[in-house]
Amino acid sequence: MTNITAILKKEFRSYFNSPIAYIFITFFLGISSWLFFRGFFLMNQAEMRGFFGLMPWLFLFFVPAVTMKLWAEEKKLGTVEILMTLPIRDYEVVIGKYLASYALLAVTVLLSLVLPLSVSFLGHPDGGTIVSGYIGLLLMGGAYLAIGLFASTLTENQIIAFILGITACFVMLIIGEDIVLFNAPNWLFPIFSYLGLGAHYSSILRGVLDSRDIIYYLSVIGFFLTLSSVSVESRKWR
Amino acid sequence: MIEVRQLTKSYGPTIAVNNVSFDAHAGEVLGFLGPNGAGKTTTMRILTCYLAADAGSAAVAGYDVFEESVEVRKSIGYLPESAPLYTDMGVIEYLNFMTQVRGIPKSQRKERTRAVIELCGLEDVIQKDIGELSKGYRQRVGLAQSLIHDPPIMILDEPTSGLDPSQIIEIRNLIKDIGQEKLVLFSTHILPEVSATCSRILIINDGKIVANGTPEELAGQAKGEEIVHIAIRGPQAEIETKLDALEFVSQWAHVETDDGIDGYRVTATQGSHAAEALFHVVVDNRWSLTELRQESVDLEDVFLNLTVRE
Repeated sequence: MTNITAILKKEFRSYFNSPIAYIFITFFLGISSWLFFRGFFLMNQAEMRGFFGLMPWLFLFFVPAVTMKLWAEEKKLGTVEILMTLPIRDYEVVIGKYLASYALLAVTVLLSLVLPLSVSFLGHPDGGTIVSGYIGLLLMGGAYLAIGLFASTLTENQIIAFILGITACFVMLIIGEDIVLFNAPNWLFPIFSYLGLGAHYSSILRGVLDSRDIIYYLSVIGFFLTLSSVSVESRKWR
Repeated sequence: MIEVRQLTKSYGPTIAVNNVSFDAHAGEVLGFLGPNGAGKTTTMRILTCYLAADAGSAAVAGYDVFEESVEVRKSIGYLPESAPLYTDMGVIEYLNFMTQVRGIPKSQRKERTRAVIELCGLEDVIQKDIGELSKGYRQRVGLAQSLIHDPPIMILDEPTSGLDPSQIIEIRNLIKDIGQEKLVLFSTHILPEVSATCSRILIINDGKIVANGTPEELAGQAKGEEIVHIAIRGPQAEIETKLDALEFVSQWAHVETDDGIDGYRVTATQGSHAAEALFHVVVDNRWSLTELRQESVDLEDVFLNLTVRE
C-alpha cells in the first residue's frame, strides 16, 4: 500500500510539476463550458443534459492525453529501468499510476461543478440527475483512463500512445452506438450493446444508478489494468 | 553474493548473453569489461530482475532472480546506463521518493537522504531540478539513488561514461570506497578504468566470458611469460653465459644503460618468478645489482587479444 501511495503521489505531483495539469484543466473546462453554453441559451432550459451528453466525446480526446505519458515517457527516458528494479510489484506501479491519473481527472471533473452551480442561479435544474450524471462521469472517465493507460504501456512514443488510446476508446464507445448496433450481425448485438462504453453511461444519466452499470465500469477498469500489468511484465517473458 | 550459472539470453536471432557463469563476493569490485554490444548491460539487467534470462540461473544475495525477484531487488542498488532520472523532479524530491519506494522507515528517511547527499557531493544542487543538472551531477544523483537503502550489492552500468576527467576520478574513488564493504559490479569499455578501480575483471565478448581474474593475473595470462629488466655490474661474458645457462630464461637481449652498466631484457617462462631468481643468481655470483624491475604487461594487449575477432 505504501508503494502504491508513493507512486500515486509522485505521478500526481509530476502532473503539476509540468504544465500538463494546468493545460488540461484549463482547456477541458474552457471547451466544455463553451460547448455547453452555446446550446444552453438556445434551448433556454435550466438543465445539464447537454453537458453530460458531450462528455463521452470530449473524454475521447482529453483522457488519453492524461495517460499517454504514464508509461511511454518512462520508457523513453529509460527511468522505467530504475522503476521496475525497485522492490515493488509491477501491479503496484500500474495501480499507483492509474490512481494518479484518476485524481487529476477527478479534480478536473469536480472543478466543472461551477457549471451546474451557475445553471442553478438561472433556474431550477434537477439535482438528482446532476448527482447521478457526475457519478456516471467519474465511472466512465475511469474506464477511459484504464484504456489509455494500457495504450501507454505499448509504446515509448507518447503521440502513438495518445492515438492508440483515442482509437481504443473510440472503438469501445461506438460499438454501443445505434448505427453500429443495427448494422452488426444479430448474434453480436447483445455483446456490443453490453460492451459499449456509452450505453451504461446514458442509463446512469437517466438517474437510475443500477449496480449492473457500476459493475460494468469496474470490470472494464479491472480488465484494462490487468492488461497493463501483463504488458509491463511482458518484457520478462521467456 | 552473486552466483551466475549458464546464463543465456537472446533477442530474436541475436544471442546477447551466451552461457555466462561467474561468482562474486562481498568486498570485491568487479569490473565488467567488454566492447560495446558485448552483453554487459543485458547481464546486468538480468541480475537486477529487469529482464528474464532464456536459460540458466542467477542468484543474488541467496535469492533467485526470477523466483524471488522482490527480495533480490531489495538487496541491489542499480544505476542503469546514462543515469535515467525524472527530469521534472527536484533533487530532494526525487531522493525522497526513492526512500519511500525503497521501503525505508519514516524515521530514517531524512538521515539516509542526508547521508547519500554528503557521500555523493550533492550539497550544492539540492535546491535544483534534476533537469537543470549537468551530466556529472546527474550521474551523482543516480549513484545517490542507488545507495540510498545502503544495499550490500551495487550494480553500476557505465557509471563514468560521458564525464570529464576529474569527475571520472571522483566517481572511481567513490566506487573504491563503496567497494570496501559492498560488492560492486560495474561495467565499462574504458581500459584504464578497470586497472584503476577493480579487484577483479571479467572480460566479456560476444556474450561470452573470455577472461576472469585480477588485473595482474590477466596481464600475465595473455603474455604467457614474464619480462624482467635487470642491470648488473660485473664481468659481461660471465653474466651472459650464466643467462644462457638458466633454465627459465627463454631469451635475453643486451640493453645499453645510461651509465654504461650492462643491462639485459630477460624473457622468462610464466610463473618462474624470474625477478627473484635473477636476484639470487646475482647475489650467489657476488656481482652487484643496480636495477631490477618487472615489466608490467599492458592490459590493453590482453583486452585486444581476447576481444578482437580474427
